[in-house]
Amino acid sequence: MSFLGKLSWDALPYDPIVIGTLTVVAIGGAFLFALITKMKKWGWLWREWLTSVDHKRLGIMYIILAFVMLIRGFADAIMMRTQLALATNGSEGYLPPDHYDQIFTAHGVIMIIFVAMPFMTGLMNLIVPLQIGARDVAFPFLNNLSFWLAVSGALLVNISLGLGEFAKTGWVAYPPLSGLEFSPGVGVDYYIWALQISGLGTTLTGVNFLVTVLKMRTPGMKLMQMPIFTWTCTWANVLIVASFPILTAALAMLTLDRYLDFHFFTNDAGGNAMMYINLFWAWGHPEVYILVLPAFGIFSEVVSTFTGKRLFGYKSMVYASGAISILGFIVWLHHFFTMGSSASVNAFFGIMTMIIAIPTGVKLFNWLFTMYKGRIRMEVPMLWTIGFIIIFSIGGMTGVLLAVPGADYVLHNSLFLIAHFHNTIIGGAVFGYFAGFTFWFSKAMGFHLDPKWGRVSFWCWTIGFLMAFMPLYVLGFLGMTRRLNHTDNPDWNIWLYIAAAGAFVIAIGIAAQFIQLFVAFRDRNKNKDTTGDPWNGHTLEWSLASPPQFYNFAKLPHVEDIDAFTDMKEKGTAYQRHAKYEPIHMPSNTNAGPIMGALATAFGFAFVWHIWWLVAASFVGLIVAFIARSYASGKDYYVQPDEVARIENEHLDNVAKG
Amino acid sequence: MSTHAAAHHDAHHDEHHDTGRNTVFGFWIYLMTDCILFASFFATYAVLFMNTAGGASGSEIFDLKLVAGGTAALLLSSITFGFAMISAYKQNKSGTLFWLAVTFLFGAVFIGLEIYEFNHLIHAGHGPSESAFLTAFFSLVGLHGLHVTAGLIWLIILFIEVSKSGLGNQQLTRLSCLSLFWHFLDIVWICVFTVVYLMGAM
Amino acid sequence: MSQHDHDSHAHGTVGSYVVGFILSVILTVIPFWAVMTGSFDRATTVAILVVTAIVQIVVHLKYFLHLNFSKEGKLDTFSFLFTALVIVMVVGLSIWIIYASNAMMMY
Repeated sequence: MSFLGKLSWDALPYDPIVIGTLTVVAIGGAFLFALITKMKKWGWLWREWLTSVDHKRLGIMYIILAFVMLIRGFADAIMMRTQLALATNGSEGYLPPDHYDQIFTAHGVIMIIFVAMPFMTGLMNLIVPLQIGARDVAFPFLNNLSFWLAVSGALLVNISLGLGEFAKTGWVAYPPLSGLEFSPGVGVDYYIWALQISGLGTTLTGVNFLVTVLKMRTPGMKLMQMPIFTWTCTWANVLIVASFPILTAALAMLTLDRYLDFHFFTNDAGGNAMMYINLFWAWGHPEVYILVLPAFGIFSEVVSTFTGKRLFGYKSMVYASGAISILGFIVWLHHFFTMGSSASVNAFFGIMTMIIAIPTGVKLFNWLFTMYKGRIRMEVPMLWTIGFIIIFSIGGMTGVLLAVPGADYVLHNSLFLIAHFHNTIIGGAVFGYFAGFTFWFSKAMGFHLDPKWGRVSFWCWTIGFLMAFMPLYVLGFLGMTRRLNHTDNPDWNIWLYIAAAGAFVIAIGIAAQFIQLFVAFRDRNKNKDTTGDPWNGHTLEWSLASPPQFYNFAKLPHVEDIDAFTDMKEKGTAYQRHAKYEPIHMPSNTNAGPIMGALATAFGFAFVWHIWWLVAASFVGLIVAFIARSYASGKDYYVQPDEVARIENEHLDNVAKG
Repeated sequence: MSTHAAAHHDAHHDEHHDTGRNTVFGFWIYLMTDCILFASFFATYAVLFMNTAGGASGSEIFDLKLVAGGTAALLLSSITFGFAMISAYKQNKSGTLFWLAVTFLFGAVFIGLEIYEFNHLIHAGHGPSESAFLTAFFSLVGLHGLHVTAGLIWLIILFIEVSKSGLGNQQLTRLSCLSLFWHFLDIVWICVFTVVYLMGAM
Repeated sequence: MSQHDHDSHAHGTVGSYVVGFILSVILTVIPFWAVMTGSFDRATTVAILVVTAIVQIVVHLKYFLHLNFSKEGKLDTFSFLFTALVIVMVVGLSIWIIYASNAMMMY
């Protein structure tokens, strides 16, 4: 075995599309590098951001990661749609199957694991500690480490573009196809290690936020007084800690099969590939609720804020989220009804799947009743919410259709299914994140987004979504299955063309998002959020400056109501000046997180290419770094009262002026 | 611990005590995720254990006397760790170190027996590649063994820390976490010897 | 360091560890003895194994891990119970799913 394991010159790409992409990325990277160097911002970037343990900064970095990966994942999507629009009537299109298969796999992995998850985690990082009146999360260093593990996984996926290949198995990587016999290349290994490393980070995030929410709420805040977004995030975290270990296990078994000739899922020696599918979805189904529950929380916050009313049915919302979380663990077989388990099994899971629509329906009615007789302000976050209610309802209903095992046998793996889950994930989760993004942007950054481009983005996304995915329902009924590289059926063509056009409309929507950001940055001095409460918000994050002080709360607030900040405003206790402050205990930034993230990337990369010395070295490095961090000194410091007083008074003066 | 550090601890005593509690609770939640990891391997074992592919089955290869020996060592290490914790809470440093050393010894005996068993099986031609049953067996038992090994390494580190720094709040928090880990692994072992060895040997 | 003494019930005493240990020894010896001597028929033996294992887990949780329903400790206990629920659902249903599909393949 050579020094670099299986790595050789053959690993470099030969496909002109890939080479073109890499060239663009290289030029962009070089430009960014030069820009930061010219502005002498490397030190600042490292000290203030990359090593930061501040949950707000980590939240922003998670969202940047999500946007960067969204570009990659969407590029995959638009390549697939154009390929399918071109490769009709027996024409082969421009993407050979070998490349096309990698694209649809990468699209799924990236969109779920490296767009939706970081976006959700980012918003949660940004807002949850603020909503419960905490100064940070329970384990700030661990939070930083989680972020770097997510980056590490994302890096591995992107490295696979330039070195070797990505998996050609679909994002679920079912064996025996993903086993060594049928996928001898490094693609599946990249898949395994990218998911495994980022999954570990997600698990740690789940643990971290559960402790934060259960142990660090501000005085007076009972569990049933936590803001609804915090509640839905908490349920999502419960699902994370309960389901991600199942993915860890399934991937570990696949790893053992591929690396050490074990026989969990092989065809020979008694392996059972069905068990992988079973374990994968025992994680995969809770995963979709992990993505969507926080989005439900965002919609709840947005609806109650922009109707100027209390959320209708707060308690039922909390219990419905809990019911979804628990039921989410007993429906997973509906992803593989056609595996051919017994009729009783299919019936049980079919019924459970239909039942889970009930708590979801409760939520929809709660939002509608909140809006009923409210004074609705049609700001951008509210637009996303109303778009969600319509699109998600369609997705939910097609889901109930698919929950009928008999119907599923017809529609399984057809484009009907593809339309259904994009309907729920885009219409539910992604619209939710965009709503949250526009809702909390000024809180995080201190200036407002540009509402005009926000509206353009919303309409392009909505119209583009309907154009891109409604035809897929039709195509599903016409018998078109997923993951086809080219087609030869004249009846399908028109629908494939419409879908491709829809993808381009969505592209305009994404571009509008970036223009919106650009305009906001350009005009940031004009659009300052001086009061910290631009929407007349209900919860504690709006009681702080925008962006909040690094210590969040100078004095921990005493909470007596679900809508704590509304309550304070009504009682006249908001914006109080204090004569005296206590010293505030804060965690120091640490470079242990980025270092361990880099070591984890090296560890995964070395495993992919069988570079055993690097596997051993990076593993030992990880352990040493962790122990060194445990015994490091200077992990915390105190902010002195006079400094706190100065910062607070400055903010309160601003509020008085505004 | 120097007097200066002790004074610092007293001044911010509540806060540190709180973070200690949070750490132990966070570690407990981590253990819950570990529970589910083990559960996944147990489920897989339950699905694969009869798939011997013409090779050896559990009743042919399990040596219950060996397993009983390992079980005894692990159970003894549980109570000795308990004594270490009691000494630690009484600020009895030498007692703590003594019981930690005894715990390490029993843990090492357990791991030694497991390595012996694995080595013996592999040399007899019953390695993890022989059949899905052996794959599942080696993975499940090996996963537990890896955890115990990690626990042993952690024990060494804490032994050094306690002997150097005494029994401050930080050391007590860390000892509490390792104690949870250690007792948790004993619970997993109850499931392993019941489901894998005893049911397999019947 | 007096704060550690007043909640010593949460850490256990020599007495409680010894009680837990003796119970565990008994609950370990019974199943080993039942299998190694083969004194009972298969169904009875399995029943003995399952019952002693579950009881021993409860003993460990109570005497070694100090789970309880006090104000301080109930969060730990509830998180364990929730985990146990998830495990029962995931493991139980997984076994049902795979065994049922194995049975279908026999037709």
